Formats: sequence, C-alpha cells, structure tokens
Amino acid sequence: MAEMNYGLTETQLEIRDMVREFAQERVKPVRAELDEKEIFPRELLNELGRMDLMGLYIPSEYGGFGAESMMDFLIAIEELSRVCIGVSVSYAANALGADPIIIGGSDEQKKKYLTPLAKGEKLAAFALTEPNAGSDAGGIQTTAVLKGDKYILNGTKQWITNGGEADIYSVLAVTNKNKGARGVSCFVLEKGMPGFSFGKKENKLGIRASATRELIFENCEVPKENLLGREGMGFIIAMKTFDVSRPGIAAQGVGLAQGALDEACSYARERIQFGRPVIANQGLQWMLADMATKVESARALVYAVARTFDSGAKDISKLSAMCKLYATDVAMSVTTDAVQVLGGYGYMREYPVEKMMRDAKILQIYEGTNQIQREVIGLSLVKEYASVK
Amino acid sequence: MHVVVCIKQVPNTTEVKINPETNTLIRDGVESIINPFDENALEAALVLKDKTGCKVTVLTMGPPQAEAALREALSRGVDDVVLLCDRAFAGSDTWATSYAIAQAIRNLEKADLILFGKQAIDGDTAQVGPGVAEMLDLPVITYVRKLEVEGDKVKVERVFEDGYERMEVPMPAVITVLKEMNVPRMASLKGRMRAKKAEIKMLTAAAINADPEKVGLKGSPTRVVKIFSPPAKMGGMKIEGGEPQEMADVLVSKLRERKII
Ligand SMILES: Cc1cc2nc3c(=O)[nH]c(=O)nc-3n(C[C@H](O)[C@H](O)[C@H](O)COP(=O)(O)OP(=O)(O)OC[C@H]3O[C@@H](n4cnc5c(N)ncnc54)[C@H](O)[C@@H]3O)c2cc1C
Ligand SMILES: Cc1cc2nc3c(=O)[nH]c(=O)nc-3n(C[C@H](O)[C@H](O)[C@H](O)COP(=O)(O)OP(=O)(O)OC[C@H]3O[C@@H](n4cnc5c(N)ncnc54)[C@H](O)[C@@H]3O)c2cc1C
Repeated sequence: MAEMNYGLTETQLEIRDMVREFAQERVKPVRAELDEKEIFPRELLNELGRMDLMGLYIPSEYGGFGAESMMDFLIAIEELSRVCIGVSVSYAANALGADPIIIGGSDEQKKKYLTPLAKGEKLAAFALTEPNAGSDAGGIQTTAVLKGDKYILNGTKQWITNGGEADIYSVLAVTNKNKGARGVSCFVLEKGMPGFSFGKKENKLGIRASATRELIFENCEVPKENLLGREGMGFIIAMKTFDVSRPGIAAQGVGLAQGALDEACSYARERIQFGRPVIANQGLQWMLADMATKVESARALVYAVARTFDSGAKDISKLSAMCKLYATDVAMSVTTDAVQVLGGYGYMREYPVEKMMRDAKILQIYEGTNQIQREVIGLSLVKEYASVK
Repeated sequence: MHVVVCIKQVPNTTEVKINPETNTLIRDGVESIINPFDENALEAALVLKDKTGCKVTVLTMGPPQAEAALREALSRGVDDVVLLCDRAFAGSDTWATSYAIAQAIRNLEKADLILFGKQAIDGDTAQVGPGVAEMLDLPVITYVRKLEVEGDKVKVERVFEDGYERMEVPMPAVITVLKEMNVPRMASLKGRMRAKKAEIKMLTAAAINADPEKVGLKGSPTRVVKIFSPPAKMGGMKIEGGEPQEMADVLVSKLRERKII
C-alpha cells in the first residue's frame, strides 16, 4: 500500500530513518522508567548532540546542520515523539529557548550562545510564564532595571521546561511598566549568574521525563549586552518565537498520535475475544480508521505549514496556530481511543498507551492553550476579512 | 597509530537455518547486519580514535552487498574501508578466510592493533581472529572486555566464565572483543550523508597477492561433517573451605563414587 508522498528531501528521509532507529533502540527501552522515576534524559540528549541532531534548527554559520529547514527539525521531533514526548519536549525546548536569539540576537550573541547549543554541549530554555501571567502573557511582572552596565532582574518564572537543566535561558521581563506589551524586553541569562536560582521540580501528570521548574530572580545581575534587540522588543520576539515553535508542538502531536495508533493496531490484531482478534470487529475497525485518518490529516497540515515557512513566508501566525491546535487535539483524541482499544490492559502501566494519554494533555496547554490558538486564528480571520471589500 | 577492524556481515537473526543437504547456512531473504560483536570492536576503535586521533580502517571480506556494512562503519566516523571481494574467495572456510584477511592486512598501511569480534553469530567458530594472528605471527588476546592503549602496549581484561585476567601485550597485536566492552554509537547525520556518497574500495585476490591455491573452496581444508548444538554444560560443583588435605579427600571420594577412579 502506498504511503503518502510528502516530497521529503534525501536529508529529511535520512533524518527520519536515523531518529526512528534512535527512538526504537535508545528511547523505547527506557521510556517507562524515565516516566516513572522522573529522570531527565540527559544521556539521550548528549547522544542526539553527537548525532548532529541538536543543531537541526541552527544556521550553519553558528555550527548547526545548515539545512535551516523547519521541516528537518519537525521530522526529528515527530519521530522522537512517536516513542516518548517527555524526551521530545526536552529536545525541542532547546529550540524554543534558542529561537529568541535566532530571531532577535546580534551576530555576537548568536556566535556565543548558538554554537554550543548546536553541538549539544549546552541546553536552553524559554521563560515567559509567571504565576499570574499564563495565557495573558502581557501581564508578566518580572522587572528588569538598568543600573550602570547591568540590568537587575527581580521576579519569578513558573513551569519552565528544561529549567535547572539548561545553561542558557531566554527570559522576558518588563523594562517599562507604562508601555504595556511594548515595555517588555527579552534577555539571555546563563545558569550561575548572581541572583539567579531555581525552585522545586514539578511533579506532573505526563511528560515526566522532562524537567519543569521555577526560575527565581533576586536582584539578578545581567550584563547589558545580554539584552536581545532593543528594549521593548521582547513581546514581538516572543510572538515570533511561538510562530516557529508551535509547529514543533504540532509535530509532537503527530508523532505521539502515530505511536498510539501503532500500539492500538498491533494490539487489536493479537487480542482474541469471541474466538477472533478484536480487530475483526467492524466497531473497532471504524475507530481505528478514524484514528488513522486524523493522524494523517494532522501530519499533512503540519508538513504543509513547515513547507510554507521554508519557502520564505513571513507571517505564519495563523497557520502555525492552526497546526498546533489541530494536531494536538488529534493527539488527545487518538491516545484516548488507543487506551479504549486496549481495554483494561491499556489502563495498566505494563502497556505504553496510558502514558501516551497522560502525556497528550500537555500539548493542548503549553505554548498557548488551544483556546488561545483559536483566538489567534479568530483574530487573523477578523483582520483578513476586514480587508476584503 | 593505525587500528584495523575486521567486520563480518551476517544475517539478522540468531536462529539461522541450515540446509540439511549441504550443511551450509541458508542466507536468502534475511536482512543483513554487522555482526554484533564486530560492532563492539568497531566502537572500541572509534573510542581510541576519539582519544588519540589514531587512524581506523575497517575491512570485510564478502560479496558486493557487504558494502552496506562498510558504509555503516564509515557513517560512524572511521577513516577508511576496504571490501575484499572476489569470486575466488567463494566457499572459503575459516582457514582460507583468515589467510585472505591476513594477506589484505599485509597490504595495508602497517597495523598496530587489529580488532575482531569474539565470534560471528552465524558461523560461530571464533577462529578467524586467532587465525589471522597466527598467519601474521602476532600475539592474540581473545574475549576482551576492556582495552587501553599505553605507549606501545595494550592493557586488557580477558574474561572467563568465573573471572577475568588482566593482561598486557606489546603492539602490533590482535584482540577479539566481547559485547560488554561498550555500547556502539549511532552514526551522525553528517556521517550518514558522507557515507552515502563515499566510494568503497574493492580489493581482489590478485590485488592482495593471494596465492590462488590458498583461497576459496580449493584453499579450504575443513569438511563439515555435521552441525549440531552440543549438550548444555552441567552445573558442576566447587569444593570450598577446609584444609587442602580434607578437600582432596572429598574430591577423591566423589570421583570414586562415580567410578571415575
Ligand atoms: C508542563 C508545562 C511546561 C511548560 N513549559 C513552559 C515553558 O518552557 N516556558 C513558558 O514560558 N511557559 C511554560 N509553560 C506554561 C504554559 O505555556 C501555560 O501553562 C499556558 O500558557 C497557559 O497558562 P495558564 O496555565 O496560566 O492558564 P490560564 O491562562 O490561567 O488559563 C486557564 C484556562 O482559561 C483559558 N483561557 C485563558 N484566557 C482565555 C481567553 N482569552 N479565551 C479563552 N480561554 C481562555 C485557558 O485556555 C485555560 O483553559 C508550561 C506549562 C506546563 C504545564
Ligand atoms: C567448509 C566451509 C565452507 C564454507 N563455505 C562458505 C560459503 O560458500 N559461503 C559463505 O558465505 N560462507 C562459507 N563458509 C563460512 C565461512 O567460512 C565462515 O563464515 C568464515 O570463515 C568466518 O567464520 P565464522 O563465521 O565462524 O567467524 P568467526 O571466526 O566466529 O569470526 C570471528 C571474527 O572474525 C572476523 N571475521 C569473520 N569473518 C570475516 C569476514 N568475512 N571479513 C572480515 N572479518 C571477518 C569478525 O571480526 C568476527 O567477529 C564456509 C565454512 C566452511 C567451514
């Protein structure tokens, strides 16, 4: 039977094969333990670094793989996610942390921070959310005040993926209270800067291999040259970051849903009830058919968005939100159905689908809840149709 | 330093079927992989390369398809690969295989260390490593799980069922390695792209100055009479504690009980 032809390049097929092999050989045997004991997958990330995969999204002049293609990176995320999104988010969050530097950084900042990230020698994180500012990102309260040649940061960031594990942090803080969103700036912080510490590691429903921590700034001193772009550009940098990072979350959704579909189909062939495999029941086949159709259409949408971005499109906010919304809703519904297909066994830790279902939920929440994605799409429609005469 | 690793391409299954008429392995329709122990030998060489910058050459004797195993080795970062490939080699037994490999190594840049897997998972004889050492008149240490190069010596741990030996050997030397040695790395993306396009050097029997009488079926003195699994080893017993005199008495009575003496 034919597979969909997405016109992947030779490099993309190579990335797919190698990450698939890596996920099967290295991630699958340990995923349950990483989840159960909340172990950060440091070793796996180191190995991905040696395999050149940490630099897939980084321009070649800063030591990346050089393809500079969103598609390359999404394929890697998808294949890792097929086996474990706790691992794939720890991988992809580096790009989320690095994107502000790619988008708003000077050549010097890029050289300094992107090069070790590309080699996998260092990890990165992105810090926007605060206890009182989630969806309402403009409501952040962390402040940065310029004193001499340093900014002094005060405040806390909450639920930061790779927090404590990463060496490089892109942090949003208010530099001018009176300007609202235009008073927000983005800084690059390094672990170990005076006044920069970490809160406790969160105990989560899913993606338990990933580290989620609080960042605490108490008169934290950040050199002036660590400001990205100019003061007041922080919010724009953050929004542009989400435009390129949300398709990554969508790719997590596609991979996760595919992994759940794989498990459901192979189990349904083997489980015998009423003297025949349960897959022989039309009622179950229809469920699997819907699952498979959703996965493929989610993939088609995500790949199409990546292709659009790779061909040079500038404002992809709406498209990016669409694929994040759709693919993560698909992941939630397909993983839930996969548990159903496995029945009671699916509910047990001996099988991987209960973890997949627990993991799926975060995809609808982080990098903007799916309500916020709908809001982004809705506002784009308002704008688009206002200009239609 | 120049390290040569000999790898064999084998069918991807531990249960190879045997043709009952010819007593040879049925290889058709089975995916080919690098012999698992040879992966460890290859990794050991790459670790040395990472540490010392030594040159690593990988050699295999096999049909043209064995090229795939060499590309895999290239993608992991070895410097050079050689495919020994000639119809004249067909039907080689372990003696003729060892001869051809030894001959090929003589024709390479001088090797300081030659690494083999413990054994091939299809042929299972574990003879080729020691065979090559014999023909090259080099010292050989088998079943090695740990290896370190110090100056012109190699320090190793050689494993037995109930313990291990620490040994030291001057280079050039031949070493066969165990699975416990390491976890083979996965190839990098750049490595894979490079390996895809690389040209694989092929050497014929003539190119390595092999004596036509010593290769292939003609050069193979072995005749396979029967292939079978030997009976599993019995547990045995250990006589421990007490004075040597007492222990000897226990042993003698046991042997008498079984009418061995
Ligand atoms: C595991 C994990 C990892 C995370 N990693 C990071 C990270 O690395 N960096 C980072 O900065 N943040 C991170 N976050 C934070 C994440 O992005 C926020 O949780 C998310 O943006 C939602 O904010 P909130 O949780 O405060 O929900 P709230 O904003 O309080 O929302 C509560 C509910 O109200 C809905 N809602 C809110 N506003 C609207 C609206 N206008 N219209 C309709 N519905 C609305 C929401 O959809 C949601 O259902 C992480 C969160 C988690 C749980
Ligand atoms: C009478 C006879 C006829 C045979 N005829 C054929 C035949 O027609 N076709 C056929 O395919 N096989 C044939 N074989 C099998 C072939 O001889 C052996 O597979 C080969 O000699 C290796 O022996 P082994 O598999 O036991 O390897 P082992 O001695 O167990 O291997 C030890 C190590 O030696 C190295 N090594 C082994 N083989 C190679 C190689 N080819 N290249 C590089 N390194 C290597 C590897 O590092 C390996 O880990 C025949 C064997 C016999 C006895």
